[in-house]
Amino acid sequence: MARTLINVPPKAKKGEVIAIKTLISHEMETGYRHDNVGKAIPRDIISLFVCTYNGLEVFRAELFPAIAANPFISFYTVATASGTFEFKWTGDNGFSATESVNITVE
Amino acid sequence: MMTDDDMMTDDEATRRQFMIGAASLAGGLVTVLPVTEARATPETMQAAIKKVVGSAPLRKGKVALHLPPLVENGNSVSMDIAVESPMTADNYVRAIHVFNEKNPQSNVISIRLGPPAGQAKVATRMRLADSQRIMAIAEMNDGSFWSDEVDVIVTIAACLEDPV
Repeated sequence: MARTLINVPPKAKKGEVIAIKTLISHEMETGYRHDNVGKAIPRDIISLFVCTYNGLEVFRAELFPAIAANPFISFYTVATASGTFEFKWTGDNGFSATESVNITVE
Repeated sequence: MMTDDDMMTDDEATRRQFMIGAASLAGGLVTVLPVTEARATPETMQAAIKKVVGSAPLRKGKVALHLPPLVENGNSVSMDIAVESPMTADNYVRAIHVFNEKNPQSNVISIRLGPPAGQAKVATRMRLADSQRIMAIAEMNDGSFWSDEVDVIVTIAACLEDPV
């Protein structure tokens, strides 16, 4: 399982706009490089990142090889109710990683 | 003692000069030949943009794209995009797309968001293969498209270098 680092405030006021930061360890091999014998290195990237908040999709990003290794993505959302954020990364060669973080909304 | 050069006739001298000239010309031609490398161009970027925008007009404004103007290492360049929008149920940003001119592929990232975002502001890190222009396009819920562009100078390129 790829290592992830997720930053979601543990507590928020209802209606507050909160920042979410995510980082996942992944090579993001572009598919445009060659090894030391000139053989092309096949592409291996994360191509999709989706964040759902209590089952509702709040953010989705389609990634391309131009995204740096260990993709970092930060975005915002409105804290509506206590519950769970689910983060899902999917990519080449059947790559899939899921994480969830809880939030308390007062 | 006579050396070869002393014995050289006028004819031979011109022949030698001709050969030198021809060789340097050939060398020049080799370096001028186009490199057959997969690489996006401003034209392919326009094509990729067209695919997203279609025939709708693309206007400047509302979008603020930030990248450092001078990048030392193109392997990881922080980029943030902010779009002016109240993000209410009837006035929000539907998508944000980022394009480049000279990486092997024109697309960088395509983001879908909506009113639950509260604020249309996104940050990530990208690769830059060369000094070039980066463009961010925001699609609003009313179907209008807004853009911003940034020129970046890169000293060490990413994407195409061989692994260490």
